[in-house]
Amino acid sequence: MAEYKWPDADKRSLIGKRISRIDGPAKVSGKAKYTYDIKRPGMLYGKILRSPYAHAKIASIDTSAAEKMPGVKAVKVIQGPGTEIQWAGDEIVAVAAIDEPTAEDAVRAIKVEYQRLPHLVNEADFSKVPEDRRRVSGEENAGDVEKAFKEADVVVEGVYGTSAITHCCLESHGQIVEWEDENNVLIHPSTQGVSTIGNQLAQGLGIPAGNVHLKMDYIGGGFGSKFGIDRWGVECGKISKMAEGKPVKIMLERKAELMVAGMRPSAFARVKVAAKKDGTLTAWESESWGTAGVQGFAIINQLPYIIKNQLPNRKMRHIAVATNTGPQRAWRAPIHPQTCLITMAALEDLAAALKMDPLDFFLKNIELTGIRANVYRDELLKAAEMIEWKKNWHPRGEGGKGPIKRGLGLSIHTWGGGPHNSECDVTINPDGSVEVKLGTQDLGTGTRTVIDIVAAETFGLPLEGVKVLIGDNRYPVSGASGGSTTVGGVSSSTRRASVDALNQLFAKVAPALNAQPEQLEAGGGKVFVSSEPSRSLTWQQACAKLGTQPITARGKQPAPSSAPLASSGVGGVQMADVSVDVETGLVKMNKIVCVQDCGLVIDPKTAESQVYGAMIMGVAYSLFEERVMDDKTGTMLNPNMEFYRLGGIGDIGDMKVHFMTGKGYDERGPVGLGEPPTVSPGAAISNAVANAIGVRVPELPMTPERVLAALEKKGGSNAKL
Amino acid sequence: MSSSDDRPDTPNSGVSRRNFLKGTGLVLSVPLVAGVRVVDVAGAEVKVYGPGKIPITLEINGAKRTTSVEPRVTLLDTLRNELDLTGAKRVCDRGTCGACTVIVNGKPVYSCSMLAVEAQGKKITTVEGLEQNGKLHPVQQAFIDNDAQQCGFCTPGFVVACKAFLDKYPNPTPEQVAKGLGGNTCRCGTYMGIKAAVAQAAQNLKGGRRNG
Repeated sequence: MAEYKWPDADKRSLIGKRISRIDGPAKVSGKAKYTYDIKRPGMLYGKILRSPYAHAKIASIDTSAAEKMPGVKAVKVIQGPGTEIQWAGDEIVAVAAIDEPTAEDAVRAIKVEYQRLPHLVNEADFSKVPEDRRRVSGEENAGDVEKAFKEADVVVEGVYGTSAITHCCLESHGQIVEWEDENNVLIHPSTQGVSTIGNQLAQGLGIPAGNVHLKMDYIGGGFGSKFGIDRWGVECGKISKMAEGKPVKIMLERKAELMVAGMRPSAFARVKVAAKKDGTLTAWESESWGTAGVQGFAIINQLPYIIKNQLPNRKMRHIAVATNTGPQRAWRAPIHPQTCLITMAALEDLAAALKMDPLDFFLKNIELTGIRANVYRDELLKAAEMIEWKKNWHPRGEGGKGPIKRGLGLSIHTWGGGPHNSECDVTINPDGSVEVKLGTQDLGTGTRTVIDIVAAETFGLPLEGVKVLIGDNRYPVSGASGGSTTVGGVSSSTRRASVDALNQLFAKVAPALNAQPEQLEAGGGKVFVSSEPSRSLTWQQACAKLGTQPITARGKQPAPSSAPLASSGVGGVQMADVSVDVETGLVKMNKIVCVQDCGLVIDPKTAESQVYGAMIMGVAYSLFEERVMDDKTGTMLNPNMEFYRLGGIGDIGDMKVHFMTGKGYDERGPVGLGEPPTVSPGAAISNAVANAIGVRVPELPMTPERVLAALEKKGGSNAKL
Repeated sequence: MSSSDDRPDTPNSGVSRRNFLKGTGLVLSVPLVAGVRVVDVAGAEVKVYGPGKIPITLEINGAKRTTSVEPRVTLLDTLRNELDLTGAKRVCDRGTCGACTVIVNGKPVYSCSMLAVEAQGKKITTVEGLEQNGKLHPVQQAFIDNDAQQCGFCTPGFVVACKAFLDKYPNPTPEQVAKGLGGNTCRCGTYMGIKAAVAQAAQNLKGGRRNG
């Protein structure tokens, strides 16, 4: 029985080293082919007519003019007369034509009549949300909140929230679908689920799951929004069939991408918190609301963030607001950024009322964070050192004399990130070449590189000695990339498959080295006897002993009979340093630091990139990103990239990342990292702004307008958002 | 192909840029011919292209490439759909994000905002043209070394923009970087890597080989 574990620190030749991503050259040279870049023989271009109205019933559709246009190969009604449309941008008709301009002309030639219905698209002002749009989606009551508030020394009330934002993947959603024959389909999608969405397409097209072949080498961003085949994926297959099975490519236009293909739910809350004079937190009460589109979305199980189950007195109620807006999709650490903001902002306001340094306040209440209290304590102290907290922090509002006020803020976050199910085939060929196959995907997180590192480390080969094959649903099934589960999943299955394949090789090679298989080791491009390394064969010589028969071993995560190689559950801390111009309301990032626990770090270089990326995304949603909906027309006012701002290279300030590694962390194996560091920036930056200007800016993004509005209310309550 | 003038006024027929350009071309009511036609407009000679596909020749990465496109088609779409040069990406499609950046006559240009017919007679360099003799350009190498990429979709545009930027500012200050590369957007958040890559490339380009 093979023993599966990660090599000891002193035995690692690749794991833990700063390694450049292996697909870097393909990406910098423009050679990497994304789905958006693929042109199939005879390919047609598909376009979709979308509803201009947020809430309407389709009265009639006339596609006759479009059908007659030269170059138009298919016109298909997706939602016919009588259908009630619930958001602007919903799909009505799909067309396929010989080129994009013709497809666009065809869409414009379609006449649709709508019967408009009343809509609701904004929910930030809860007083304007009609009764029939509200649904209580969760209530919880523990301890004795009334008594706790009565007995508290300090009670603080506030309103906090963040508007809906969109994913805005640079490669928009879409796919190319073609029929290889009557029953078999080939799809090139842009997806986070190489092994999972083929089945969804098969179901939509009414063919057996095995008849869908899916291929995707590169994806231009997902962030949680690309888990499903989506209606346009299935319709793409249907219009391809109408057009004699020719390949049809539908990539969403930027406008549609922002309106219907990505949305992080909004969340707002009226919060009341209480503490004793010494800073001990005693009670929490919140009434929260938010929208996820027409369907509800509960955040109640996450408030107050991290501390909920340890806090003795708590009372929460959440109301889901049904709006006529594009439906929510998972967005990097679903629910966490919103609930983190609401919680950490309320606690920081409480610390300010107590006239306590929030760092001391969090340390004082550290046991409320539960099982990871010690991790958070260490991380808070490390982050404080990195940002020179004790030197730079000042009591709230004492941010300097001039119009530019400087402030510091902090936040803590958590996430799971345990391994998903993953299978992997590793093949050692008699010529010494090695192939690793998994039906996984690399979202830009470095998955390809991690797989290569793990396999090459196991075989003692350089990275170039292993060929990584991913992005095909005919490879062994690996989970979708969501929940930061990929690194744990693929590294576990790859390690197990590699160890098994290597043991099989040892069995073949042992006689030639006059040794027993278990006495052999692989390293430095050789197979050798552990106790006598000079008794060795080169990797090529060893593999030649296989004759004509390659070795293939399958690794599985989870494995039924061995301990897991990866684990779940991390904690992280972020601290932000900002400057706010109280005359213009402009917030400028000076610095943000992140201290993160993520178990064994396989590639610190790409891991760091993920944390930087998460913090940059955090800066963007804290200061710039907002889906702006127009009450009158019910449509999105900024479905583009000049008014839906993501922030640029000059907006981010300085950033530093520190991983908690070594003893106590390494032995946990890798834990997913993509999501946790996106959680805290909103809270840390909001707290820093409050510290700088002396008043809370209640809602993200903290645009100059909102900063100035908050300053105008300075000294008063912000309870009327 | 239907004329833009008799288009029904449905709620969906918002004026798109391409359509607007197409419309302005039709104002002159030129007879349907292929290729360029010169007409007299208020005493000035004006080139009129289309409607319909017309043959064009573009000088890309040092080679002449010929294809046929409608006059309303952008340089970006021509590179991508007709010439299989897909390094430049279509993202915002309206001159905001820089993913489509190419170099035209030495200057970085959003190829989504230039018509293919306009680009004739100009020297165009795309990301595919930066590599020379099988060796990556120092900017490309710096992007790899500093992990200035994640999903990589903005990367080719950023690489081209950095190359053009460093041609103009060989010793850039952080302020110049913020401004000079502020016309490119990354969603994964690779700006820290890009800052480091710019510094490395600036260093390596000094006195060294210059491509493109």
